[in-house]
Amino acid sequence: MDIKVRVWRQSGPGDRGRMVTYDVKDVSPDASFLEMIDVLNERLILDGDDPIAFDHDCREGICGMCSMVINGVAHGPEKATTTCQLHMRHFSDGDVIDVEPWRAKAFPVIKDLVVDRSAFDKIIQAGGYISAPTGTAPDAHATPVPKKDADAAFEAATCIACGACVAACPNGSSMLFTAAKITHLGLMPQGQPERDSRVIDMLQAQDDAGFGGCTNMGECAEVCPKGIPLSLIGRLNSDYRKAVTKG
Amino acid sequence: MAVDTPIPKTKNAAGATATPTPRTVVRPSSVTLKIIMAVSGIVLVLFLFVHMVGNLKIFLGATDFNHYAHWLRSLGTPLLPETWYLWIQRAGLTIALIAHVYAAAVLTRRARAARPVKYAHRPKIQSSYSARTMRWGGVIVLLFAIYHILDLTTGHLNPNGDREHPYTNVVQDFAPDRWYVTLFYTLAIVAVGLHLAHGIFSAARTLGQQTMKGQRRAKHIAIALSLVLVVGYLSVPFAVLTGLVD
Repeated sequence: MDIKVRVWRQSGPGDRGRMVTYDVKDVSPDASFLEMIDVLNERLILDGDDPIAFDHDCREGICGMCSMVINGVAHGPEKATTTCQLHMRHFSDGDVIDVEPWRAKAFPVIKDLVVDRSAFDKIIQAGGYISAPTGTAPDAHATPVPKKDADAAFEAATCIACGACVAACPNGSSMLFTAAKITHLGLMPQGQPERDSRVIDMLQAQDDAGFGGCTNMGECAEVCPKGIPLSLIGRLNSDYRKAVTKG
Repeated sequence: MAVDTPIPKTKNAAGATATPTPRTVVRPSSVTLKIIMAVSGIVLVLFLFVHMVGNLKIFLGATDFNHYAHWLRSLGTPLLPETWYLWIQRAGLTIALIAHVYAAAVLTRRARAARPVKYAHRPKIQSSYSARTMRWGGVIVLLFAIYHILDLTTGHLNPNGDREHPYTNVVQDFAPDRWYVTLFYTLAIVAVGLHLAHGIFSAARTLGQQTMKGQRRAKHIAIALSLVLVVGYLSVPFAVLTGLVD
């Protein structure tokens, strides 16, 4: 299949950037979206052009590195799918596909489609950990965890911190990401000592990084490649209110 | 070497401890602002329900309706002087309204700042029309509230504007030849309904609603409450327009 891609090109943080159109011919329907960009990049290199910079790592949907807004949708048109797991068979011959980076003040563009997501690291550093005593690992059954809590915590823990929630949010908010971490750690007995300080510190780190607030529109959960439920944000709100009330 | 050195209190690599780190910039957090919005919004919605019940007394006739309107002035007497309760309620509602608008304005400013570069390709947001129009819908509702007070509270924009005869004020306000007033009220009340269809759900979420089952329920309750309000409020002008109340 032959397609056109309009890609955001920006040589560096100081460049204004622009959308540039490329023809990509003979695309295999079995190629992933990133492989299609690889093919285009090989041609750009042969032509002596600068290849398109983009983030990628595992290419199997678990690392959270790939980050492309495809036709205005973070990670593209397929539900619960990262860009690397999106295949070209979901597009048609002759399509014009727009590819842009995550857009957020807290995620400045480094080059082309690569953004700096260290704002997420700052949120994690502020409280995304538990206090664990040193020594040998305790027996797995030493601390009983109700099955329901373990399942819910695991569901939240599947967040790969890709940032699609921020990219999709009309308010540029990372509330779904932070809520996933709050839920994951706050449901486990090991996460209780810092439960109150965690939610206050992580929310402050999020606000300080320049993310917007949540208006419960649910765009984040629509694009989340891991299907993190929107309702977790209610847990963050509730934990925050209780933590602040306690002082 | 039996020197008893106290273990220095260390922070972890991220500089965080188990107590919340002191805020470097003092400004309300986004969730604090949302809680302000939720609580002030609930106060305003509760008022809307009481106000609606009062409005519906128009179907009992002029005597009952006027009696109700005059009772509002004497509410709280003899504990409070005449109209004091009314002014206390007005002050409370004004504070709730200012808090609601203030929190909305700060959050809107932060949301705009959070995405300085817009997307070139942005499809329509999947969220409901109600959720997408919260900000401008809120502005429209606020402008309507100002008009409404000038019309039926102070009487400045009312064709009758007689404080002693609220029933006549309402009937003349929505008279068939003033159809444009009824039309404007209808649009404004629908805007209120849309605002609350998302607003009530959003308030529940902000105050801690956190299950998917509860989310569906909260959304349904929000829509049902909004519908009750819209129908209740619109029944009055339409009853006057169709001659059911005259």
